[in-house]
Amino acid sequence: MSFVHEMDLLHAGALSLGPAPVRRETAAASPAPSPGLGLSLQGLAKRYGERPVLQALDLRIAPGEFVAIVGRSGCGKSTLLRLLAGLEAPSEGRIEGLAAAQTRFMFQEARLLPWARVLDNVALGLKGPDARERAAAALAQVGLAERGGDWPARLSGGQRQRVALARALVHAPRLLLLDEPLGALDALTRIEMQGLIEGLWQRQGFTALLVTHDVSEAVALADRVLLIEDGRIALDWRVGLPRPRRHDAAFAALEQRLLERVLKTQAADVTSTTPEALAPVAVGALRWAW
Amino acid sequence: MSTPALRRGAATALLPWLLPLAILTLWQASSQLGWLSTRVLPEPWAVAKAAWGLTLSGELWTHLKVSTGRALLGFAIGGGLGLLLGLLTGSLRWAETALDSTLQMLRNIPPLALIPLVILWFGIDETAKLFLVALGVFFPVYLNTFHGIRSVDAQLIEMARSYGLRGWALYRRVILPGATASILVGLRFSLGLMWVLLIVAETLSAQAGIGYMTMNAREFLQTDVVLVGILLYALLGKLADLLARGLERAWLRWHPGYQP
Repeated sequence: MSFVHEMDLLHAGALSLGPAPVRRETAAASPAPSPGLGLSLQGLAKRYGERPVLQALDLRIAPGEFVAIVGRSGCGKSTLLRLLAGLEAPSEGRIEGLAAAQTRFMFQEARLLPWARVLDNVALGLKGPDARERAAAALAQVGLAERGGDWPARLSGGQRQRVALARALVHAPRLLLLDEPLGALDALTRIEMQGLIEGLWQRQGFTALLVTHDVSEAVALADRVLLIEDGRIALDWRVGLPRPRRHDAAFAALEQRLLERVLKTQAADVTSTTPEALAPVAVGALRWAW
Repeated sequence: MSTPALRRGAATALLPWLLPLAILTLWQASSQLGWLSTRVLPEPWAVAKAAWGLTLSGELWTHLKVSTGRALLGFAIGGGLGLLLGLLTGSLRWAETALDSTLQMLRNIPPLALIPLVILWFGIDETAKLFLVALGVFFPVYLNTFHGIRSVDAQLIEMARSYGLRGWALYRRVILPGATASILVGLRFSLGLMWVLLIVAETLSAQAGIGYMTMNAREFLQTDVVLVGILLYALLGKLADLLARGLERAWLRWHPGYQP
């Protein structure tokens, strides 16, 4: 993974593919039938008491698509993920295509069992005589083959999240839900983990939904970026940058536009160009991402 | 390991014994200088001789066996019930609603206050002693088990559920291990209480046991034998504590707070 922000004129053209009109019916890049789960959300709403968190959400996600969901904290993006994971029930509407047994969730915290060795953590919920071998193979995939016998307390934060990733992927899920799993990691580890997740996603072909507050992470990983504002989808962008993505000029420009849109400093929204979208941002609001 | 580190290790191992040794020396010296009457406190040497004599005659062993047997049986009954009920009320809301307030009321009665009633119910034989020990150790185990089950990290339970763990598997892999640290605290508490209650029960009336031995010796003014009994209780208490710590080390190996 390179940190060099070089001016790459060849990739500058990708910018035009960035804020494209919403193309909901088109499938993701892979031409072969994907092992990923396709989802269709219809009129999905969630309320806690009287307070609406998500309102009348309509969304289609193609099999094998990598979707990033961004938004300010409290906008309902994590709630959407918890609804998809079946951790909470929707107040209204329905989700088609869900299969709980084929869905795995990566939490913001690694949530490893502290009393189980790393390998046993990965094998959690696995059945069959070869469970431990499969767990060991998954552990090797995230580069921790030799740490299987350690207690989780001995691992660093990044290593714990890698174990959590192995634990999720050993079930060969068709849908992987990621709730800001890299939020607590340092910048270097985060970039490393992003590469790891992207590589595994490309190889295994599952559908991935990543909730993040890091615009750069969304641009680095996703085929498609959704912005949730006030419980609604305010933006649905396709990211046309070729993979593996480099932090070049096109990347930076796209990241900048997305950030500005999230912060509402510029009316880049394809669906609304109302005057309030141009309203200046309070200084305090600029801190949301970091 | 380098030599200074080795020496430091030996020093830490010996340090806890320094104070008891100093007290023993002072005690022996004051007895020999005539500051302490044998009536009040016999010299340590006499206590050692008495212990040796009791060991040779086999008397000490018999009493020790009887007392330990009572303690462990009472502990098994009371602690086992406490563990079971704690697991039940900790895991099931309806069980908590049905049982917990009753148990909290009973908890505030000191077991020793029940002695008159216990004697009326069971007389003064074995059952009374077992009852007292079992009652005393029940509550520390019950309360800590309940608390342990309730304070298992809800995030871990949510994670395990989303990974398909249900019922007994969830209990065995997540809830029980999560409650172990707290259950062991209850165990340590009740092991201490176990000896206290046994001593009281045995001094009330018995035909064998360390309590009987000391009460008997008191009748004949054998202060050295009384002291042997008292020191035995101290030793047994220490042994029980070592046992509890051994269990903590074995079952909480994963816990950063119990790393060697």
